[in-house]
Amino acid sequence: MARRVAIVGAGQTHHKSHRLDVNGREMINEAVMRALADSEITITDIDAIIIGNMDHFESINYVDTWSVEGSGGVMKPIMKVTTGGTTGTSVAIAAYYHVASGLFDRVLAIGWEKNSESDTTAAIVTCSDPVWDRFSYSGAIPSLATEASAYMEQYGATQEDAARVAVRDRTHALNNPYAQMYNRPITIQDVMESSMLAYPIKLLDVCPRTDGACAVVFAAEGIAEKMIPRPAWIKSTAVRHTTTWFGDVDYDTGMLSLQRAAREAYEKAGIKNPAEDFDVAELYLPYSYAGLKWIEALGFCGPGEGPAFVGEGNTDMGGIIPMNPSGGVISTNCIGATALLRVAEAAIQIMGKGEKRQVPDVKTALATGFGGCWWSDVVILTGDKP
Amino acid sequence: MEKIAIVGVAQTKYERRKKGEIFYDMVYEVTTKAMEDAGYTLDDIDNVITVSNDFWDGRTISCMAVQEVAGAHDKNVSTVEGDGAFGAFYGAMRVLGGFKTTLVVTHSKGSEGDSKVITNAMFDPVYHRALGLDAISSSALQAQAYMEKYGITEEQCAMVSVKNHGNAKNNPCAQLPMNITVEDVMRSRKIADPLKLLDCSPVSDGAAAIIIADKDSAKKARNTPVWIKGIAHCSDAYFLGDRDLADPRALKDAAARAYAMAGITRPRDEIDVVELYDAFSYMEPLWLEGMGFCNQGDGGRMIEKGISVKGGSLPVNPSGGVLSAHPVLTAGLARIIESTLQLRGEADERQVPGARTALAHGINGPCGQSHCVWILGRE
Amino acid sequence: MAAWLQDVEDLTLKGQINVPYTWSVGEVGSRFLVALRDEEKILGNRCPSCNTVYVPPRKNCGSCFKDIDDNQWAELGPEGVVTAFTIVRYDYPLQPAKAPFAYAIIKLDGADVGFVHLIRQGLEKLRNGVRVKALFKEERTGHILDIDSFVLLEA
Repeated sequence: MARRVAIVGAGQTHHKSHRLDVNGREMINEAVMRALADSEITITDIDAIIIGNMDHFESINYVDTWSVEGSGGVMKPIMKVTTGGTTGTSVAIAAYYHVASGLFDRVLAIGWEKNSESDTTAAIVTCSDPVWDRFSYSGAIPSLATEASAYMEQYGATQEDAARVAVRDRTHALNNPYAQMYNRPITIQDVMESSMLAYPIKLLDVCPRTDGACAVVFAAEGIAEKMIPRPAWIKSTAVRHTTTWFGDVDYDTGMLSLQRAAREAYEKAGIKNPAEDFDVAELYLPYSYAGLKWIEALGFCGPGEGPAFVGEGNTDMGGIIPMNPSGGVISTNCIGATALLRVAEAAIQIMGKGEKRQVPDVKTALATGFGGCWWSDVVILTGDKP
Repeated sequence: MEKIAIVGVAQTKYERRKKGEIFYDMVYEVTTKAMEDAGYTLDDIDNVITVSNDFWDGRTISCMAVQEVAGAHDKNVSTVEGDGAFGAFYGAMRVLGGFKTTLVVTHSKGSEGDSKVITNAMFDPVYHRALGLDAISSSALQAQAYMEKYGITEEQCAMVSVKNHGNAKNNPCAQLPMNITVEDVMRSRKIADPLKLLDCSPVSDGAAAIIIADKDSAKKARNTPVWIKGIAHCSDAYFLGDRDLADPRALKDAAARAYAMAGITRPRDEIDVVELYDAFSYMEPLWLEGMGFCNQGDGGRMIEKGISVKGGSLPVNPSGGVLSAHPVLTAGLARIIESTLQLRGEADERQVPGARTALAHGINGPCGQSHCVWILGRE
Repeated sequence: MAAWLQDVEDLTLKGQINVPYTWSVGEVGSRFLVALRDEEKILGNRCPSCNTVYVPPRKNCGSCFKDIDDNQWAELGPEGVVTAFTIVRYDYPLQPAKAPFAYAIIKLDGADVGFVHLIRQGLEKLRNGVRVKALFKEERTGHILDIDSFVLLEA
């Protein structure tokens, strides 16, 4: 019988485009020390560590063993979990199973990336099959641009509709001193006037490159309740990493992997009406158009209704379902940490530690991850022990 | 720990170069064969762990290459980057944590990359990488430190190579079955002292898969389940100079916890067969010491006394070990698979008679920095 | 076997991952490399909790998991004792020396951990326990190879 598991603390770096003052291990250590302090424990209380990033962004092979001085893994169990953009949620879910299995009571989940150390696109294009996709259709932008233009064609959505999503996330980042884009709000006009990368995606529609790390402490039932007054319990998780080739993605249908992951996670968690049942959502939206189309896959509104749903302010702070109070991925994107930050921020909202970005009375929170070849992870957290 | 079992296993033949097969093909082969071995269909598998490495595969998000053929379509899936023993550990935790059946699949093609460049990338870019260290030269440092400290001789290490390549003759999956003598090993080309060519494992291609099931699902399997009695992993410090390379303290820690879970107090008496990660010949005696099968420094004498040979009182690497096939990442899972076959009594010519308890082992990082220990049993 | 498999030609595709890297050394490591470059000095630092003197220096002690504050710097070596070595017999482009040369773990005077580096000469006299000394390059750039290698000292 699986044990119940809760998040009892989280830590993150102050995310920046370049952290020349620290190497990767030292940057990881900052997030770890903050997570331990937040949980009011020391490294001796940690039974195991799970760490994730993407190898070719820093060119470190076997990051689990390379990182131990910073992660706290000297003479501890540590393993590396990595799945591309979904790495952070994969790490969180692995931490959940470490504890749920009964083998470990308190574990540390770490996601990190030092994107300043490499050419992100040179590294990311190698995710595609070397024989079939790499030379013809690769990198993050081309497939996202294909999806965006297909969505616009299908539902009449506009570039301004998408810009509204970027403006929302950057506005929310005003409340998050950890965000890379902290205190750098933008307007729809700014987005529209930013340089075109691949139609219809412009520079301010997409996430930045970030140096940053995130660490989260997971604990077992019976322990978590004694550590903090309001642990963030993992209610359900679901993962769909379905496609292998970019050519297999059907851009004319909804975001399939997210629909399927959400369906499973909602069923397990008893979520029937997402816009009402969730109090806050921290979504892995790597570009603005995802904030229209993917929230449809999550059931916050019907197909094609994303622009109106967002435009009416429903997803702003104070709206019926505030999205990305942290500023989201458009404000911070240290890739291996990005999805873990979604889980951490969702947990922070439940634990009531959100400070200026806190949404009042959060009972149930949604976190998602996106990566690989149109893959999706869903994590649902709750303040009530499941 | 609740009762969970390995109910299906499969591995490719390990070869120097599988030119006709891509990762996708190899993974499909072992995934389907593991299900066949268990008597399961894809519907019986409720989640998947793939194991791959972006450096070895020459690909960012290397797991992308194999998701569908791992049977992961529309299923919960994740990826461990590291040795297969660690990937299987996560697979086991997922069964203990609520899933019913995890398929764990690993793949690696050493032939497609450059193992020196790839293992050089294990070393810290600021302090060690520019020195040109790789898996072989760093392991040679460990071999020298260990052998010098305890008077382990090159001949004793050569005996490991002779034994394991000889054992490989009974393993149809092994890459390097060989009839060699201690003298052959001693006279083989010097690579990095004290390591000679025949002290080193080969470059290999191959894939492997296992299925781990909870107690109820194990009942539905075609085969005798092999029960997971204990599992633990642990990492030492990173910088080579920070470690006592002759003292595998992380292995001792992992073994102690795995033994405690399995209720083993006298490993030498209670374990019948060992499959360990012998990437180089010196690793076998060093890891045997770390596992507590003999006192520290006595690993060389253990091989000399014939304890670890086929027919000895503690056969070690009846499969031929990593020295006889080294598909990186897959190699640790291959140790688990051989242990499973031994406990099922299906190891044919290499069967250790009456084996009831086995130890399987995998490593990650330079010079066995991180260890994963599995105790498997018939009951 | 399908008939077409009999005479199919197995093609391979050559390529490489081509990503340039610019690693952050960090403040602690930068001070170490600058001292190599500007002063021909090898700096380490001491964990105030367990008293281990580390080289290269660390921002935090991995074992005690505590920060190492700024008052713990120590100049080490430039001499030390070999505690492990290997004579490398193969050439490879990654290596900064032609084979045969040695890698050694060297306990620098004043340090508690080993320092991994190269030895180019006197390989026949190399033993655990021999004393060696850092040989600095003339042209130094703030790099671990500002130390050309370690040389054996006559007993």
